[in-house]
Amino acid sequence: MKKFQGRTVAAGTVTAEALVSHGGLNTLASFQKALQFGDKKATCGDQNNPDLFGKQMAGKALCLPQTIGSTTGGLVLYCACSMHRQPACMLFSQPIDSLAAAGAVLADVWLEDVSMPVVDCLGEEFLNYVKDGMKITVCEDGSVTVE
Amino acid sequence: MMQLTEQQQHILNGGEGETLKKVLQTLIRYGEVFGATKMVPVTSKYNHLVTSFGLKALGPVYELMEQLIETGAVSRQQFSADPRPVDKNVPSNFLLDFIFNNFMYTRQEFYEGQLNKLGLMEKDAFSCTCYMDEVGNKPEKGDILSWSESSAVVYANSVLGARCNRNSGIIDLMGSVLGYVPYFGLLTDEGRKATWIIDIQTTKKPEAQLLGSAIGMKVMEEVPYIRGLDKWLGTELDDAACTFLKDMGAATASNGAVGLYHVANLTPEAKEQGESLIAEGAKVYVIDDAELKRVYDSYPVMWKNKDAKPKLCFMGCPHMSLEQLKSWTDKVEAGLKAAGNSKVVVPTVFTAAPAVLKEFAKTPYAERLKKTGVITSYICPLMYMNNPLAGKMPVITSSNKLRTYTTARYYTDDEILIEITKGGK
Repeated sequence: MKKFQGRTVAAGTVTAEALVSHGGLNTLASFQKALQFGDKKATCGDQNNPDLFGKQMAGKALCLPQTIGSTTGGLVLYCACSMHRQPACMLFSQPIDSLAAAGAVLADVWLEDVSMPVVDCLGEEFLNYVKDGMKITVCEDGSVTVE
Repeated sequence: MMQLTEQQQHILNGGEGETLKKVLQTLIRYGEVFGATKMVPVTSKYNHLVTSFGLKALGPVYELMEQLIETGAVSRQQFSADPRPVDKNVPSNFLLDFIFNNFMYTRQEFYEGQLNKLGLMEKDAFSCTCYMDEVGNKPEKGDILSWSESSAVVYANSVLGARCNRNSGIIDLMGSVLGYVPYFGLLTDEGRKATWIIDIQTTKKPEAQLLGSAIGMKVMEEVPYIRGLDKWLGTELDDAACTFLKDMGAATASNGAVGLYHVANLTPEAKEQGESLIAEGAKVYVIDDAELKRVYDSYPVMWKNKDAKPKLCFMGCPHMSLEQLKSWTDKVEAGLKAAGNSKVVVPTVFTAAPAVLKEFAKTPYAERLKKTGVITSYICPLMYMNNPLAGKMPVITSSNKLRTYTTARYYTDDEILIEITKGGK
């Protein structure tokens, strides 16, 4: 078990299974097919991301460096949240990028019945340590326990 | 902690309604993530939005837009938007049309109606290259923008010297609705300093889209200062240089997340401030012929059958300039003549802004290009390819943005010309 301290971007507490992307998450490429064709598991559709392609993202503790790609990224995340197909939480090893931050903030401000805690600045060690399937617990103060 | 003006505090207290209060809350929260301590006025004449498509999957976005319209929280500026997703001139088939019309873009008409109510510049103001003279959304140096669309943001910052962060869709519109954006990142002098030096040491003019890809993948979201490119582009921002920088920038923004680059002796801030733009401790990346080849060879081919004959070629992501449409007409004609063909051997689509296509149609080049079999269109190739059917099609392109986001296969401009005029022989 190891505990990491990050910065809270969207507050909340949750426990979920880890899903790890070592490369940047292309939000549009990852979520579009799932949102388009009613896939409640939000199976990742990004063929360029070998870590996530074909895996369920909904309900997982998504661990990643940053998001990349189209500036639709924030609104795609917002849609995923609105349709209840979002990850249980998003945990960034690096400082959050402007697109993911937009998605997190939009969901937090505009959606009343949705929770997706977001923590950034968890460090490279976090991403090196965490593996798919590990149990993740996120606290309000931005601390993340991996076991 | 964000310092607000009296008027902003009034909005935050709900003085102008619940919707505007939430718009401001969103921008405050967004800015505070990046350490913004104040909001600054948007000063450009027009905005530009990334969301141009009535994608069924984006239902929650249209609901939010409706809430803005119903409460009168519409844009204070008119705006352009990214390209439309569908055009009947582009080669398609029954199944693809069925998917477009019944599953994907079923909200197109509805959404364009919303854009009109929110402040669309004019009915055809749909292009990712809104900054082209023919389109007319070209900000002034120093203007503060609330734009999205990564390729437009990087062009506005770098080539035009405007100031804009890499905003997401919805955030872009909210800046226009409020008239203010949070002050951080690329809006600040400090955020515009280069933390990478790129030394170009190639023996010939580098391919714009390949060079941008190499830079983007190396520096990701940081700001590069590019030395040695003026040797190939000159020191004036003429049509050819701007076209090169448009394509290079789009690749830096999509293969990485670059929002601003400086080119020594060429782009406005680099001309004014020179190497004082380089931050202390900047890292150095040397790009020579071997490095460009390494980057090119690293691209995965996403086709099931890697030897498949291309079924479609897309050029124009981002949209082509008038200068590009003309020079490619000459190239295609010469290529066909050399190959002994009269028409392109791969169905080929050149995409450009509606206003650019309108100007192109007035020139003799338009008829000449038509004779080669090349189709012109205003669509977004990305939106065409983002579905399971098109994703399985062997499509070729010299756009590194299209390669990154879809299964399209990248070739250099010279290779594309051979593919479409000679069939790759």
